[in-house]
Amino acid sequence: MARLNTPEELDHFRKELISKRDPKNPCISICAGAGCVASGAADVIQAFKETIKKEGLAATVDTKGTGCPGFCEQGPIVVIYPDEICYVQVKAEDVAEIIEKTIKENIPVDRLLYKDPVTGEKAVKESDIAFYRSQERNVLCNNIKIDSRNIDDYLAIGGYTALAKALGDMSALDVLETVKQSNLRGRGGAGFPAGRKWEGSRLAADPIKYVIVNADEGDPGAFMDRALLEGNPHSILEGLIIGGYAIGAHEGYFYVRQEYPLAVENIHLAIQQAREYGLIGENILDSGFDFEVFVHQGAGAFVCGESTALMTSLEGKVGEPRPKYIRSNLKGLWNHPSVLNNVETWANVPLIINNGADWFASIGTDSSKGTKIFSLVGKIANTGLVEVPMGMSLTDIIFKIGGGIPNGKAFKAVQTGGPSGGCIPAEKLNLPVGFDELTQAGSMMGSGGMIVMDEDTCMVDVARYFIAFLTEESCGKCVPCREGLRQMHRILTDITQGKGQAGDLELLEELSETAVEASLCALGKSAPNPFLSTLRYFREEYEAHINEKRCPALSCRELVSYTIDPQKCQACMICARKCPVDAIDGGKRKIHIIDQERCTRCGTCLEVCPPRFNAVTKLSGEPIPEPPSEEARMITKKSKKE
Amino acid sequence: MDFERVDQIIDRYNGEESALLQIMLEIQSENNWLPKEVLERVSKKLAVPLTRIQHIATFYKAFSLVPKGRHKIHICMGTACHVRGAARVLEKVEDMTGIQPGETDLDLKFSLETVNCLGCCALGPVMEVDGKVHGKMSPVKTGDALETYK
Repeated sequence: MARLNTPEELDHFRKELISKRDPKNPCISICAGAGCVASGAADVIQAFKETIKKEGLAATVDTKGTGCPGFCEQGPIVVIYPDEICYVQVKAEDVAEIIEKTIKENIPVDRLLYKDPVTGEKAVKESDIAFYRSQERNVLCNNIKIDSRNIDDYLAIGGYTALAKALGDMSALDVLETVKQSNLRGRGGAGFPAGRKWEGSRLAADPIKYVIVNADEGDPGAFMDRALLEGNPHSILEGLIIGGYAIGAHEGYFYVRQEYPLAVENIHLAIQQAREYGLIGENILDSGFDFEVFVHQGAGAFVCGESTALMTSLEGKVGEPRPKYIRSNLKGLWNHPSVLNNVETWANVPLIINNGADWFASIGTDSSKGTKIFSLVGKIANTGLVEVPMGMSLTDIIFKIGGGIPNGKAFKAVQTGGPSGGCIPAEKLNLPVGFDELTQAGSMMGSGGMIVMDEDTCMVDVARYFIAFLTEESCGKCVPCREGLRQMHRILTDITQGKGQAGDLELLEELSETAVEASLCALGKSAPNPFLSTLRYFREEYEAHINEKRCPALSCRELVSYTIDPQKCQACMICARKCPVDAIDGGKRKIHIIDQERCTRCGTCLEVCPPRFNAVTKLSGEPIPEPPSEEARMITKKSKKE
Repeated sequence: MDFERVDQIIDRYNGEESALLQIMLEIQSENNWLPKEVLERVSKKLAVPLTRIQHIATFYKAFSLVPKGRHKIHICMGTACHVRGAARVLEKVEDMTGIQPGETDLDLKFSLETVNCLGCCALGPVMEVDGKVHGKMSPVKTGDALETYK
């Protein structure tokens, strides 16, 4: 691979690449993101490659494993270009038929098309699918089109045009001003204006500066950055080099969490390939600008997503945050000016350089510009990644794009902002998404995690879950967080186990106030948010747990009992056999009874009782009905349902 | 793990102190755990106090100071998996293996850890064994899946 020494050489090479690719030739794109791979995509890709080769079609049909397009509930996903025919839940056994019908004869395979759960209609093209229709996928759109392990694909769709433009046609100050004017705010959660952060570093006198990619996506349930890192690593890299140019940094770091091994691999590969082409290294594209990039892995600590803790970890130390008397864009990594931004923030930079600040600022709301990627997960029909303009309502995201709640259950709340955020109930769903809009409802947009909860979710348990998470992840440096969260965890656990007492809620509120006011970093300061927001909107659930020892959602194990309805039980013996503690007494034609003393409330009986009988129920806060007498338990042939 | 291999890893990072975390991650990845002698070797070669290395080894979840079993089970406890019932999956694994997260059973067959989000939320609840992701787990399916591991 020859080094591309000037912007003209890059442009020429790109044109050559494009000319060698006939847009009319079929291209089979199979999502190779971690989610689809877990569902068997690797076998699908293998099957396609082998069969295409066997059929002698390799010369005209391209097959590639691509980045994640975000429709994860329906994976493995296959999209066949140029007609954009989209197949869902594809297995290796389906490949032969797809090649026979779609590749050879251009006929779609009906059973593999996505069927809209509401209208029942089948969508042939990717753009027909309701999930995608309302999205504005400026950042994510290319994931399904490129082989993320091949820089040529990125170049062919226009990659590194922004870098050539920035280095060739713009001064460093021009680049900075463009980013400032666009009003790009950080996508990691805090939403700080990127241009202002960059400017601080640019103006600092220190000759050594750093730019850093925060790829430590730690919010559980959020995987937007994973999709970008795995699926389009060059988009982030290009943004990083441009950022380095703007502030005068010659070294960039990727800090990638080690729980994303595929992302680490793809980033390493992208850097290596970019270096081979001369897009990283000395005198990039004849601009006189030198830039090197390094990759560090995280080691499993949520707090390392906090910028000062991340930098401390990069220095080879324990990830403890530092107080921000002097901000890290002035004194950061090794005490030098460092611009740290989130993966999605960096990925937006090439788009802003290519399309202009005004284009970016025309999308979104007054205070929140551009698009945002959300990971829509939990109790939702269409789990996956959703990219929408800022200002879209939560209702539209959850119901129009997400397809609402499955299994006929009722929506209860949507949790946004990860462990720093809160729960938003049904009555506030018309709120628009944006940096500032959700804070007045007691939550925050955060990095983009959106976890939908239904009527079976216990909100007290949600608060306990987040506090448990943060108690473990607390670095331990400051007392309000280390001790305060630990006590909050103990009290909340007691409440979920029926040991709540009067005064608990007031004590929790007091501990929350201390953590918010006195913690060293944002982990501690925002830790009480899930508790405070669930208390605000679901206070009656807390009171039921404490005063009545009842869990309204029938979720908290110690407060729930399982019982078999004698009217519905058909004595099929399935639950009795599967019960791990032999707590179910029964026989063929003898109605089953659960021994409440032995029952561990594992839920297996409810899970295995055949849906047509539906005989197992959960109770909370009410007495368990008396079991029928021995004679009443015998099912005679007359009353047995066919 | 022999010292020659440890030295090789350290040398690849040019013996730089700031690469301490990356060096320990590589050793952990190859050896599955961090034996005390190995940490002492790292301490000596990088001229870093052993206490600092121990601080790091106990701070970050990725490191294990005890040997691991043949099969490594990771249960995802991320919010999306939690809401879909991950706690029950974890209970089932604890019941079947007899160990808690962070432990290895006496036969060195299974090691159990919880993980905070593997990024496969559409497949929740998720159990990962030896790098293979098992999705849409329930207590019953978890039991069936674990029985296949010898």
